Amino acid sequence: MAVITYRDALTQALREELSRDDRVFLMGEEVAQYNGAYKVSKGLLDEFGPMRIVDTPITELGFAGIGVGSAMVGLRPIIEFMTWNFALLALDQVVNAAAKMLYMSGGQFPMPMVFRGPNGSALQLSAQHSQAWESWLAHIPGLKVCTPGTPADAKGLLKSAIRDDNPIVFLEGEMLYNTKGEVPEGDYTIPIGQAELKREGGDCTIVTHGKMVLVAMQVADQLAKENIKVDVVDLRTVRPIDVEAIAKSVQKTNRAVVLEEGWEICGMGAQVVDFIQRECFDDLDAPVIRVHQADAPMPYAKNLEKAAKADAPKALAAVKKVMYLG
Amino acid sequence: MATKVVMEALSPTMEEGRLVKWLKNEGDAVKAGDVLAEVETDKAVMELVARGDGVIRKRIASEGEASPVGTLLAVIATPDENIDSIVSSAGGNGAKASPNAAVAQTTETPPASPVPQTPQQSQGEASAPPQQKTAAAPAAPPAAAPAAPPAPPAAPQGDGRRPRSSPLARRLASEKGIELSQVQGSGPGGRIIKKDIETAQARPAAAQAQPAAAQAQKKEAPKRFITRDGDYQDIPLSQIRKTIARRLAESIGPVPTFYLTAEFDAEKASSLRNELKEFGDDYKISFNDIVIKAVANALSEHPEANAHWNSDHIRYFNRVHIGVAVAIEDGLITPVVFDADRKTISQISAEVKQLAGLARNRRLTPEQYTGSTFSVSNLGMFGIDQFTAIINPPEAGILAIGGVEAKPVVIDGEIQVRQRMRVTMSCDHRVIDGATGAKFLQTVKQFFENPLLLMV
Amino acid sequence: MTEVIDREDTRKTKKGMPTKRNNGASEAPADDVQFRKDLLKSMLLQRRFEERCAEAYALGKIGGFCHLYIGQEAISTGTMSLLRPDDYIVTSYRDHGQALARGMSPRSVMAELFGRVDGCSKGKGGSMHLFDKSLGFLGGHGIVGGHIPLAAGVAWAIKYRKGDQVCVCFFGEAAVNIGAFHEALNMASLWDLPAVFVIENNRYGMGTAISRATANEDVGARAAAYRMEGESVDAQDVFAVRDAMGRAIEKARKESRPTLIEMRTFRFMGHSMSDAASGTYRSKEELEESMKRDPIILLHDRMRAEGQLSDGEFAKMDEECKATCQDAWDFADASPEPPLENLYTDVLVDTTS
Repeated sequence: MAVITYRDALTQALREELSRDDRVFLMGEEVAQYNGAYKVSKGLLDEFGPMRIVDTPITELGFAGIGVGSAMVGLRPIIEFMTWNFALLALDQVVNAAAKMLYMSGGQFPMPMVFRGPNGSALQLSAQHSQAWESWLAHIPGLKVCTPGTPADAKGLLKSAIRDDNPIVFLEGEMLYNTKGEVPEGDYTIPIGQAELKREGGDCTIVTHGKMVLVAMQVADQLAKENIKVDVVDLRTVRPIDVEAIAKSVQKTNRAVVLEEGWEICGMGAQVVDFIQRECFDDLDAPVIRVHQADAPMPYAKNLEKAAKADAPKALAAVKKVMYLG
Repeated sequence: MATKVVMEALSPTMEEGRLVKWLKNEGDAVKAGDVLAEVETDKAVMELVARGDGVIRKRIASEGEASPVGTLLAVIATPDENIDSIVSSAGGNGAKASPNAAVAQTTETPPASPVPQTPQQSQGEASAPPQQKTAAAPAAPPAAAPAAPPAPPAAPQGDGRRPRSSPLARRLASEKGIELSQVQGSGPGGRIIKKDIETAQARPAAAQAQPAAAQAQKKEAPKRFITRDGDYQDIPLSQIRKTIARRLAESIGPVPTFYLTAEFDAEKASSLRNELKEFGDDYKISFNDIVIKAVANALSEHPEANAHWNSDHIRYFNRVHIGVAVAIEDGLITPVVFDADRKTISQISAEVKQLAGLARNRRLTPEQYTGSTFSVSNLGMFGIDQFTAIINPPEAGILAIGGVEAKPVVIDGEIQVRQRMRVTMSCDHRVIDGATGAKFLQTVKQFFENPLLLMV
Repeated sequence: MTEVIDREDTRKTKKGMPTKRNNGASEAPADDVQFRKDLLKSMLLQRRFEERCAEAYALGKIGGFCHLYIGQEAISTGTMSLLRPDDYIVTSYRDHGQALARGMSPRSVMAELFGRVDGCSKGKGGSMHLFDKSLGFLGGHGIVGGHIPLAAGVAWAIKYRKGDQVCVCFFGEAAVNIGAFHEALNMASLWDLPAVFVIENNRYGMGTAISRATANEDVGARAAAYRMEGESVDAQDVFAVRDAMGRAIEKARKESRPTLIEMRTFRFMGHSMSDAASGTYRSKEELEESMKRDPIILLHDRMRAEGQLSDGEFAKMDEECKATCQDAWDFADASPEPPLENLYTDVLVDTTS
């Protein structure tokens, strides 16, 4: 199997789906001539031309709405936000239009479209450019929200997302584009809503998604040296959530740490903990602990940024605590 | 074609209304738009109009009767039309329409939920919304076998609470028939965890946990007050009293209120009143009118106090609409002086008189009592010298005005007798901070104490 | 002057508004009396329908927000009379009149307003969210201005498919101040999209007069900012509406160029059901003055003066409209409430492609 970057995995998915279905087009800022702000759409303009790979003015609300309108009449737009931080300007279209169109039209207008772009913090980009939005978007009925953490998942989920007849929010890890991994070639899809047990242990469960999957794997490696074996449950999709996969693991390990990039209050982890207490109450030997970003906007200074972010040492300490080892 | 006259929703929150008075008799000819009756809503007395032409053939509701929205009150038809079936259907009519009316009232009073199993209310797999995958039932932990003893009630510890234990430890203890009170917990705060159950099982004759010296404090039964006849009387809530109770409770509950009190010098205001009185009754104004104008002008200078708290945003108003609390027979209502900053004191005075009159006769229309951006309440005429008023949400502030009275005050090192008035501003701290409120009040004071500034 | 009756018009005539293309020339006078009667009846039906809406609202049969179109009917009727069956309409929450003029069944609209299962959106959308895919009626949207980019998107899809349809987008004059308007019109012109943007300027955004909200009250002039054709129209005159819309639709269809049209109109009712038609923000006198230019009366009087309509004919037309509305009411009243299991349907579709 070829080892490629997360970025190239996404490009592969786009290329394959653009070739497969001529109703699919990619629209966003700098996606065509510039080859994409993060080079995810590199080479696609030459291959598919300006009606399929469309540069827009800086106008997130506007082109997100253009995507919604074109999906109403049967096209299958992929709307790229240069980052999800800018997509806040377009949330009316994502939340009030795309997510609700099917429902408020009594089933007449499905929204076969994808909103995608980088999410989460990078390095020293400070408060406005370092945010994880999944809990905001996962809150909304009518959307599906994918958060791939590996190149293979990025490809498989993006292809499924483009083929899905529902509006999909696709959150790519800004820090993941250069990460590498084995990616199946050709028509490889992953069902939306299916978690994956990325590491099998048995002593403790770490539930996570997106960029934090890499952190969880680091923690698992470290703990293995101390002969502590953890389950790493990668949700891959945070709406719908694969509750069954979480429950199965926690019922086995009797304890869990929930690791996410975003803030604490109403974060994804809060929802996961709720599912755990509902499904696994009598299996718990310790309160579930959440690891997340500090409850403050992202600072610029290196030391403060490090202190703010969820990371491997914090996750490791949490695992030891739920195991009554620390 | 016959036209049914039914109880209509005459205010946005109305669910039932009381027919105060019929203005047409049976046999009277009416046209669409004619006023048929007066109806008391939860806010005011409103007019019910005909929705079709014809003759009042039958009046079904009697005066004083309260009916839910949708209830048939009368029938309009041509003189010779047969209306028997409509009249005989009167019973079912109201019941059918009223649930719709209740639903139309949006969020304030959620109707008894007809939804079978909303996710947030229920447990386990039954609760999951359709798009969530949940653990299949067989994957759930096996319930204790029927033969196993039920979970033993934990023996009380010193503080009367059962021993701390993890849910898993409780389940294991129950399955293995171990008394939790016999197990020493090793977790935080003595929590019994899985490991402790396993240890206990390995050493069944473990020493009993030392029961702490139980010092359960005896609580004396509270003395009960004996009620006697005549100590109280129960008065049913009027529509307006219900509304007041709900609105004010909403206010005192979630609104983080603080209060600012100041004493205003009313000398100049007093002489202004006397001077104006000289020009005749048309020019008579009250202290309250001056206060309203002072508040209005101050608000236009301090838009930060002219605001509504709308839970997810603060709305600052560019126009100044002052709500003036008016006491009425069975409650109070707050008619609004719109654009009070652009009106003269005399205009305000005339308008307040008119609105107060309408209010006392229950003749205010909803447009006249909604839309205020800030309110003023005055109890000076009742001999109150100072009080605090409750904010009328979503407004951010209200000014409570006490009476004007002569008092000794020190001015330039000398004791003088001056006309003084105490005011207290209640501020919603989510909108107005201490200093903001104080600055605003300072401006009000400046205007009130120098009322000529309000005349120019 | 050429006037072409669309091939598929016969079907449409039965359902809703008769269509007759106007290729930019001015209206033929007396030579098509029946067509004029159809225009009149279309407007009258909307009027009678919404009068019943007001009544139903007072009875609690219609809940929530309910925005009436009364006074603005010449815009919907004039526009729909020019569109082809395969054209598209995207509109705001004041959508009853446009839905009826486009040919949506009064029964399905009333049932939707009553929140019943036979409503066009199965009772899930309500007054603000009328949709009919078969008529290209793409809603009923509730966020001011939020739907304008959608219309640009529909037009973009037309162009993407090399079609010759047109997308007409309606919104109030207050929407021109929101970012979505600017973003959508900029791209519509930049990309040569076949759209017509119709400002229904009824002079009040809820209770705020245009003069208090918009720095340049000449909202039609906004077109220039987007290098777009623009026009301002006396929208109480259904022929003037047809005239201007005819040119704009033709331009979109033939040249794939958008147009911005300001329709100067009046709303005779409050913004929604919870405010009075006059009082706090506009005077009774102003309202009464505007009601002198009732689009229905204007057309009625003109046809009467020209000997095209007798009192008897008008009375009969009115009776028919009232009967249609009574039928819609009865149908809606008899339609069941949506079953509770519908709560969770139509949240997502269970398909991929």
